[in-house]
Amino acid sequence: MKRTPERRKQPRPATAENVRTRRRGPLAAVENHLLRHLQTLFYTLGQLARRPVSSLLTCAVIGIALALPAGLHLLLGNAQSVARGWDGTTQISLFLHQQVAESDGQALAAKLEREAAVAVASYISREAALAEFRELSGFGEALTALEENPLPAVVVVRPDARTVGGPESLESLRERLAALPEVEAAQLDMQWVKRLYALMDIGRRGIWFLGGVLGLAVLLVVGNTIRLAIQNRRDEIVITKLIGGTDAFIRRPFLYTGFWYGLIGGFIALALVAAGFWLLQAPVRQLAALYGGGFTLEGLDAVATLLLLGGGTALGLGGSWVAVGRHLREIEPR
Amino acid sequence: MIRFTNVSKSYPGGFDALKGVDFHLAPGEMAYLTGHSGAGKSTLLKLIALVERASEGQVVINGQNLARVGRRRIPHVRRAIGMIFQDHRLLNDRTVYDNVALPLVIAGHGPEEIGRRVRAALDKVGLLGKERLYPITLSGGEQQRVGIARAVVNRPPLLLADEPTGNLDPELSREIMQLFRDFNQVGVTVLIATHDLALIREMPQRVLRLDHGRLVGDGALAA
Repeated sequence: MKRTPERRKQPRPATAENVRTRRRGPLAAVENHLLRHLQTLFYTLGQLARRPVSSLLTCAVIGIALALPAGLHLLLGNAQSVARGWDGTTQISLFLHQQVAESDGQALAAKLEREAAVAVASYISREAALAEFRELSGFGEALTALEENPLPAVVVVRPDARTVGGPESLESLRERLAALPEVEAAQLDMQWVKRLYALMDIGRRGIWFLGGVLGLAVLLVVGNTIRLAIQNRRDEIVITKLIGGTDAFIRRPFLYTGFWYGLIGGFIALALVAAGFWLLQAPVRQLAALYGGGFTLEGLDAVATLLLLGGGTALGLGGSWVAVGRHLREIEPR
Repeated sequence: MIRFTNVSKSYPGGFDALKGVDFHLAPGEMAYLTGHSGAGKSTLLKLIALVERASEGQVVINGQNLARVGRRRIPHVRRAIGMIFQDHRLLNDRTVYDNVALPLVIAGHGPEEIGRRVRAALDKVGLLGKERLYPITLSGGEQQRVGIARAVVNRPPLLLADEPTGNLDPELSREIMQLFRDFNQVGVTVLIATHDLALIREMPQRVLRLDHGRLVGDGALAA
């Protein structure tokens, strides 16, 4: 009997369904999937390493764009800690009513000093105030002509920098002290503190704005690089689509490429910030010594470092996501 | 396996590539698709591979009405079709092995299974020793065989070939055709678009003949 082709063993047909479910169990499928991702991750890194100059240029652009806001943020943080140190030297002068006795004034100073918000409160009697004024003002002669001492007694309060910081809390402390029955007026000379904080507020907003704009730049740089990569691999994408590659499969290497750009860019930014920090450290120490302060520059802490690397990675991924989403659909087999 | 019911395809601008095409290719059948260039051979293959969609009529592949296949399902339909192209369409920056492995990688198979199946497919087309080479270093006939290995490695029930011997000399063409015949012998449905009439005479099979978008002949080639 003649063997007809139909009699022979038929291969298991690869229908759409069993192509997807032919693996051995769900565990093997997950394992294969993870393995595939890992392979793509390192494959894309290898692809970048094949063109080291152009890859590094892209990463460097990202690094610089990230380093600028990160460095400014670092400077602002340091400026803030300097300003906090100056808060400590802020004084509130409480001018007491004329009829408050010296013993009551001293008791008030002692009572205030026990408060958490107050570091030091010292009582200056009317006589002491006059003597000080006479010595410092140069109006000594004129003052002797007066029959009566015109100066009130004063309690000088220095707020505790650990519990009171910033113009708002200083102002509310001043208001509270002004309301005391012994106090006629409370004066806080904090115009300069307000100005400093206003300046830093402007700086902070500027950095946020700059950071936003430069983050957008990173998105565009990565997006454009990935767009070019997609165009260079047009044929490959068409072929992969023809033999059944899903969008997710085709998208994956481009997303990982963006991931690497962002991560490496983040590391470059970190290195740039560290270099700038290292360059500034010695002169800042000298300057601080001139002012008699023990101030030292603070570097990026662990949270900021992670934020920089994570932000870079997210921007890289985001940029490639946008590019892939826009351009992959345009490439279809014809 | 393939059923066309009154299928037409017109392109914007009024050009009708296919007009009222009706035919059925049973599972395990092998057929040639012939016609002069521009007769609609490529269009017909594109409709099967969902590169194009029919303007009218119904295309059913493997029991699946292609009109009901959404964009996201297209890759899964294509995985059940082995496609072979005149220009091979290989990835020139990947080795022969990686080219043939691609459908299995896409389908998410494990590395051992991929290795086993790729070697089996390369063995079948006689290129087992060349898996580490790049396609560009191979001859035209060898490149076409890499393309065939890639098309069959996933064991699809249907093979489509678009002018697979277009650039090959008669001897190589015969070898390639013999390969298709071998796959057909083990139950794979094969549809080959070709205008190589000499070859069709040598290995006679059912012939579907297109002329200006109409199916004008269905049966053995008239001598």
